[in-house]
Amino acid sequence: MKKVYGSAAEALEGVVFDGMLIAAGGFGLCGIPELLIDALVESGVKDLTVASNNAGVDGFGLGKLLETRQIRKMMSSYVGENAEFMRQYLSGELELEFNPQGTLAERMRAGGAGIPGFYTKTGVGTQIAEGKEVKQFRGEDYILEEGIFADLSIVKAWKADDTGNLVFRKTARNFNPPAAMCGKVCIVEVEEIVPRGSLDPDHIHLPGIYVHRIIQGEHEKRIEQRTVRKREAAQ
Amino acid sequence: MPWDRNQMAARAAEELEDGMYVNLGIGIPTLVANYVGDKDITLQSENGMLGMGPFPFEGEEDPDLINAGKQTITELSRTSYFDSSMSFGMIRGGKIAAAILGAMEVAENGDLANWMIPGKLVKGMGGAMDLVAGVGKVIVVMDHQNKHGESKVLKACTLPLTGTGVVNRIISNLGVLDVVEGGLKIVELADGVSEEEMRAATEATIV
Repeated sequence: MKKVYGSAAEALEGVVFDGMLIAAGGFGLCGIPELLIDALVESGVKDLTVASNNAGVDGFGLGKLLETRQIRKMMSSYVGENAEFMRQYLSGELELEFNPQGTLAERMRAGGAGIPGFYTKTGVGTQIAEGKEVKQFRGEDYILEEGIFADLSIVKAWKADDTGNLVFRKTARNFNPPAAMCGKVCIVEVEEIVPRGSLDPDHIHLPGIYVHRIIQGEHEKRIEQRTVRKREAAQ
Repeated sequence: MPWDRNQMAARAAEELEDGMYVNLGIGIPTLVANYVGDKDITLQSENGMLGMGPFPFEGEEDPDLINAGKQTITELSRTSYFDSSMSFGMIRGGKIAAAILGAMEVAENGDLANWMIPGKLVKGMGGAMDLVAGVGKVIVVMDHQNKHGESKVLKACTLPLTGTGVVNRIISNLGVLDVVEGGLKIVELADGVSEEEMRAATEATIV
């Protein structure tokens, strides 16, 4: 089966529909599927629910889909970097479901692993626990959280072979593997598609079974907080 | 003289023991890394890294290498990378020995509030709820009072909670307090701070 597509727009053909649930990889602006986000903007699909740790920044990443009002609801752990997000949220145009970061990651992983719910200690006794089942294990309270089963996963990896075996780079891995796992269809954008056999099978981070469509392209990879240290002056 | 930010960070670093895997929060906790000295400490960054190194030299920033505060950082010879579900698996699973975090309020029963102020901009809890629920020991580093001079060490938190009964130790500008049965116990006073001053600045029960 051919998994490699010519462009992000081509890869989205036949899989997007209004009101769908999309799981997106990335942490801040690190390892986000920039090209697929741009193509979703172009597609005009609307009323999206997006499960993503963050919501991009104004004018980049998921911020672009917010500007065009294509997102109806976000499922995130931290959204502080985006003024347009806050404006839409405070005016009631955008729905927001806060998830503790680890709970969000585990909800994606669980969805991908066929686990509809799991119990966690995270959030017990806080606002996050409101309306959720509480169960005791070994004398301690845990709350029930549900797996995320997305219609589509959009993911960024470093390298792929044409069968969809993926390798990520440094902390750009973050939410990408669990996001990839939980979608009915998973589209991955990579910096380089390499020949079959050139990736060491022992060093594959996510096997191609989770990946349905692959595109290759140029990434801007914007840095959110550039921090550096001074070089010691030469003695 | 109460401790300043760097003295608080230095005192917090004394909590760390050889071989520990530790998560440092944003703000004063980040400074703790400057005071670990020769101790063999591995810093976790919850976006998917163990063995966090210092900020890069100018021109060596890598957009694929950031910490949980989204700052560019570097790797060390011991570094490993993993995805977010494994990262929080090790947090939730109790593999991280300690988290050093900032706080808005701490209560005498160990309740912690550090993620939202109702009516103000809500940015989200990020990984804070997972960390306080999962790590071995939660150490809060913060100023003892807010800018209005009100105690942040309370009988009960007034802000929405990050976790219940999770804090083990508070390191403030006035000294060190432990959460014990019935309230807080003074472990140490900052140089020149009297027990009276500590008690006056603390709303919580001191036992």
